[in-house]
Amino acid sequence: MTDYARPLPKITSETMPFWEGCKSHELRIQRCASCARFRFPPQKMCRHCNSLEANWDSVSGEGTVYSFTVPSQPSPGELAARGFDYPFAVVLVELDGTGGVRIASNIVECSIEDIEIGMPVEVTFERVTDEVVLPKFRPA
Amino acid sequence: MSALRNACSIAGIGQTDYLVDSGRDPLLLALEAIGSAVDDAGLRPSDIDGIVTSSIDASGSEQFIASNLGLSNVSYTSEVTGLGGAACATVAHAAMAVASGMANHVVCFRAFTPFDFMQGAKHNQSTLWAKASGVGEFLRPFGWSAMIDTFAMGCRRHMHEYGTTSAQLGAIAVAARKHAAMNPRAIRRDPITIDDHQNSAFVTQPLRELDCLISANDGACAMIVTTTERAKDLKRPPARIMAAAQSLGSHPGLLWELSPFKPTITESEAAHIAPRLYRMAGLGPQDIDVAQLYDCYTYTQLLLLEDYGFCEKGEGGSFAEDGRIEIGGELPVNTHGGHLGEAYIHGFTHILEGVKQLRGTSTAQVQGAETTLVASAVPGPTSALILGKQ
Repeated sequence: MTDYARPLPKITSETMPFWEGCKSHELRIQRCASCARFRFPPQKMCRHCNSLEANWDSVSGEGTVYSFTVPSQPSPGELAARGFDYPFAVVLVELDGTGGVRIASNIVECSIEDIEIGMPVEVTFERVTDEVVLPKFRPA
Repeated sequence: MSALRNACSIAGIGQTDYLVDSGRDPLLLALEAIGSAVDDAGLRPSDIDGIVTSSIDASGSEQFIASNLGLSNVSYTSEVTGLGGAACATVAHAAMAVASGMANHVVCFRAFTPFDFMQGAKHNQSTLWAKASGVGEFLRPFGWSAMIDTFAMGCRRHMHEYGTTSAQLGAIAVAARKHAAMNPRAIRRDPITIDDHQNSAFVTQPLRELDCLISANDGACAMIVTTTERAKDLKRPPARIMAAAQSLGSHPGLLWELSPFKPTITESEAAHIAPRLYRMAGLGPQDIDVAQLYDCYTYTQLLLLEDYGFCEKGEGGSFAEDGRIEIGGELPVNTHGGHLGEAYIHGFTHILEGVKQLRGTSTAQVQGAETTLVASAVPGPTSALILGKQ
């Protein structure tokens, strides 16, 4: 696993609970302790009620594909070397029970041609290094 | 009525040649464009007492500009943040400075070199471009790494919600090339067909190579803003600033790369500022003779066609077809060729083209053009102008 060549998350104290959750095979999403709204990506303050108190709640990991892309060749303006084999798919998944929170990921156990907006998916976890487990999604 | 409406005008414009990765120095490019704009207005460099730029990267500090031009009386400077969305906002900030008396002749400029922007971003995570995308932790591990990926994500959803097709995006690319072919400054001057577009390779699906901007060019643009009264006494006919509007974006798309995480991703911030813009100008979309709409990708322009009300939401694709946005059509768009055909200077080229249309000097001149709407980038921070013929 030390030869994993793709970008790894730069984990901060603020985002650590998300990645610790993945290591435990739990998808944890930040949630305002005051108004109970979910939010992603993590943010210091709730934009609805401006509370600074937040929790990390486990969600089911079920959702639907909201949109997806298929990077097919290197592109000008890439922010970091992708390290992926082209083509591959990036999915934007809307998570059930979160009030519309979306997260980006990849789809597994599904060919690119079969990806459709609206298809039900569920989270699965992929250990890529000793320290990092990534949430991925497969058809539900 | 807004105090800003018609108070100020663009009195001079300047630009360098646009070359592909020529290795030119961004400060020299900025100085050349500013010199041209000053000359175009019939001013001397020493008349400049305000400097406004936009920031994505270090394109040239206003202190270096002032030092090289020998300006010792600069009373107003501003650096507008907001990536490609900031271009029109620089004119807005200049107009506010002039209208309030803070300065008399303000230059707005941007110099672009691909190393500082594209390559610099790849290798230097401290650039503003990289910082503005500071949520990479939740994107990069999944291969969401390039500017195009964010637009492609929105575009795919737009296709799903409204039935927008790749061939309709192709109509936008074809129009841009048609106009670029008429513009000797344009980098991509070969006309293309819808078939050419449909046969071009995917970069990030659903967007193809011919949906993409010219990303490796360098060059600079500048313009001089002063009061409409002073502008009348200068060398060129003023382009009146009838309206200006700016938005920092809407959550969480404030960090532009997160725009696909917004509740509604197929509507851009332009939809929020359009009512303010039209109200200030006292005009509606039907009153606009020619439009200059940011087009880093064909899809970006499609969003702006919809969000500035030139057609209904979701109908941008069909609106772009049948030559409607080409010269001679109902609403000619990007008569210089845009970022798809002429050059990529983060929306500044669009402002210059708007001024040229009102002067009657465009290479794809719309006969009798009296109003133009200029729109900077979406999603995320954005800005726009309505300019009127004197």
